[in-house]
Amino acid sequence: MKHTPIVGTSVPRMEGRGKVTGHARYIDDMTLPGMLHGATVRSSIPRGKIKKITFGPGIPWDEFVIVTSEDIPGKNCIALIEDDQPCLADGIVNHPEEPLLLLAHPDRHLLSKTVEAVSVEYEPLPAIFTIEESEAQRQTIWGADNIFKTYLIEKGDLDAAWQNAAHIVEAEYTTGAQEQLYIENNGMIAVYDSEQGITVWGSLQCPYYVHKSLMKLFALPANRVRVVQMETGGAFGGKEEYPSMIAAHAALLAMKSGKPVKIIYDRLEDMTATTKRHPSRTRIRTAIGEDGKLLAGEIDFTIDGGAYKTLSPVVLSRGAIHAGGPYYWPNVRIRAKAVATNAPPHGAFRGFGAPQSLFALERHMDRIAQVAGISREEIRRLNFLRPGQTTTTSQIINEPINLGKLLDRALDLSDYHAKKENFTRHNREGFRKKGIGIASFLHGAGFTGSGERSLGSIAGVEACEDGGLRILVSSAEFGQGTNTVLCQIAAEALGLRYEDVSIAQPDTHDVPNSGPTVASRTVMVVGKLVQSAALGIKNTLIASGVLSDSYSPDEFRTACRAYVAKHGKFRSFAQYEQPEGVFWDDDKYRGEAYAAFAWAVYIAEVTVDLTTYSVTVDDFLALQEVGKVLHPVLAQGQIIGGVAQAIGFALYEKVIWDHGRMQNGQMTNYIMPTSADLPPIRVYFEELGNVHGAFGAKGIGELPMDGPAPAILNAVEDALNISFRSIPLLPEDIFAALSERATPETVPTSPRGDA
Amino acid sequence: MTASSQERPQCEISFTVNGMSHTVRAYPMERLLDVLRHDLELTGTKEGCGEGECGSCSVLLDGALVNSCLIPVLQASGSEIVTIEGLASNGRLQVLQQSFLDCGGAQCGICTPGMILASVHLLNKKPQPTLEEIREGLSGNLCRCTGYMQIIEAVADAARTGAAK
Repeated sequence: MKHTPIVGTSVPRMEGRGKVTGHARYIDDMTLPGMLHGATVRSSIPRGKIKKITFGPGIPWDEFVIVTSEDIPGKNCIALIEDDQPCLADGIVNHPEEPLLLLAHPDRHLLSKTVEAVSVEYEPLPAIFTIEESEAQRQTIWGADNIFKTYLIEKGDLDAAWQNAAHIVEAEYTTGAQEQLYIENNGMIAVYDSEQGITVWGSLQCPYYVHKSLMKLFALPANRVRVVQMETGGAFGGKEEYPSMIAAHAALLAMKSGKPVKIIYDRLEDMTATTKRHPSRTRIRTAIGEDGKLLAGEIDFTIDGGAYKTLSPVVLSRGAIHAGGPYYWPNVRIRAKAVATNAPPHGAFRGFGAPQSLFALERHMDRIAQVAGISREEIRRLNFLRPGQTTTTSQIINEPINLGKLLDRALDLSDYHAKKENFTRHNREGFRKKGIGIASFLHGAGFTGSGERSLGSIAGVEACEDGGLRILVSSAEFGQGTNTVLCQIAAEALGLRYEDVSIAQPDTHDVPNSGPTVASRTVMVVGKLVQSAALGIKNTLIASGVLSDSYSPDEFRTACRAYVAKHGKFRSFAQYEQPEGVFWDDDKYRGEAYAAFAWAVYIAEVTVDLTTYSVTVDDFLALQEVGKVLHPVLAQGQIIGGVAQAIGFALYEKVIWDHGRMQNGQMTNYIMPTSADLPPIRVYFEELGNVHGAFGAKGIGELPMDGPAPAILNAVEDALNISFRSIPLLPEDIFAALSERATPETVPTSPRGDA
Repeated sequence: MTASSQERPQCEISFTVNGMSHTVRAYPMERLLDVLRHDLELTGTKEGCGEGECGSCSVLLDGALVNSCLIPVLQASGSEIVTIEGLASNGRLQVLQQSFLDCGGAQCGICTPGMILASVHLLNKKPQPTLEEIREGLSGNLCRCTGYMQIIEAVADAARTGAAK
């Protein structure tokens, strides 16, 4: 049968119509009869014992539902990797904004005043706020040594390599916290019923993470906890783990009051209390041969995890594995460490540790180029990983990637050499200095190492009464295009039309656990499962004799209808199985870290204005190999959006901390890029394909977060001849550096912005 | 409601929303945003920051683009308001809505209603804007997903196909 390809075309966004007409339903658009509004009373100090809680005068307290840790039926924790984060503080607080108790009332206007009327008396304990303070163990605030997790990645013989080095290049790099700043604040609605258990609806990425944590908190079996994802207004990792906390709070209030309870954070609460990108410090020491080749590297990568462990070990893992970049290291040692401080826990954010370690490495490559006297592009080309070589975890590169060719195309597309020459001439005079910078990098798709095997994700496809298919996954849509691309995959797998396929709202009572919507895994891993499950439907129809081997979409629908009329609606499921021969050693952190890598070369062009000290990105080129592009418009949207967010990370977005509390938790003083701030972002793809992903796709969502910051700072160095090693890079940092120009070695500032 | 934070008594306020007349009982200083969302159940207008920075709550008030989180409802008395729900007619998308769909201008969708109203406002004033004018015209509306380029493309596309009436 003739079939027009669906994969590779830009079909309309599945839920797009609802979004452009205002009919899409987000959590705050939902109300239930008799619903109360909930609010959270939070700690005002970074660390201490709770001595006394007073409910102030002038408030009709008997009208309020009040929940404390004593109301928790199960274990007082937000279950994740370890159960160390309490749902509500019990006697002690470990960071500012830690939840202490909960209030609910029918009048939401009354609530904010009421929160202020609760006063808490503490016995303060000394607290720590930086990586350095944590390492020095000035106070031990977590475990025996403030260390959440360490990893060691080793390959080759380091000691011998140092002796053969023509140059040894050493430096330290830091990155600051970054707020995800989805435009829809966090929110949840919960209902409790003694028979049915708990149902929550909310803005979230991972329905089964919320499900797991509610089961533990309420000591309920799986079938008495139901989690439904509403349309979600942006997430970027920021709605990976914290929604479990808000769901828990709404559910506790719902249980105690017997009424539906809605909790919607306002912007200030969302920014000050919920997770951010981990601040980081990376120290790199490299041995370079006479020919410019990397002989050895010693990389110390440390992240600030905040007060509880939450996802820090996983963020650390990804950061550590990406720390070697797209280069061949014959000898390398990567030591990674996540430490505790008295700040709200840092968490998932697009890139997940990789933007931090890759920022350091890609700045360092420029430094190596200078020391070795080799151009910035050639030092990269000399050291690029080639097929057959191994990564830092000894994973053999099996795909036919040619990074040299990717680099050449990027240099060509950006007109790099001509611009570089022009800028050198241009910069001899005037107060607007121009520069151009490169970053080359990679991003692993899917969970690390044995992660996908332990998840064992399941995806389903259902044949419906009307003859259409319905995809059943817990993978959430929050802008990336999950709905659209998974429907494309199912339609393509069966030779149907895009319109023949729909996707279920993620609801743990309806869809299987296809894993969390994270780690650039949805299209590659879950997409492949959807493809298999869809084929299962076809095979059943053919085996039962209602469909022939060759069919039109209409015949398929007729066959589905006939089968469903006779047997009832039916579902086909597929579960992830690790491909044979995949080796991963969790103890030695060695082996095949990722089923596939996406590869990229980005080039940034900047102007630094020496009267305002501001940096403008004038042009941005993003060239990447991401396997097969299944939907060009969505794929471009992912890259442009990621680059924009990373420009913010590099140049605008600074979290100001004071004693562990964010001081600029508003959109008026935490500055993200507007449409007037961004350059043209020019996106190009190479498409090598990928045997592991549906129709050759790899992950794409996180990749564009990794490269822009180093490319921009490399361009700033090109413009000013000053090496900045810390982001965000604000005008005041440039002013300070220019003022101290006599001493070219700038002192690295604290990643947290603490004085 | 057993208690309220609003000091002054409620009053009756009349205005037109998407061509329909409404009279609501509201506290004069209630935010127009809340009255639209709660009293009129027009939840297409979104709240992003509550302080006039993000533009998600943008509506047209007598043709002017305003942040409805900053407008006390009393100020809207006698006004004509257009929200996102008022753009499509008889199930047919307005040109800008279609362009946003075609060009990838909507990702998570939370900024989209405000962004589309800002675009309507821009094209009403300048039917054939330059790229620079589009960038400037939308700079009061924040989007965290798209990096704006596909939104700018959508507005340029709508201008070409004639969004302005």
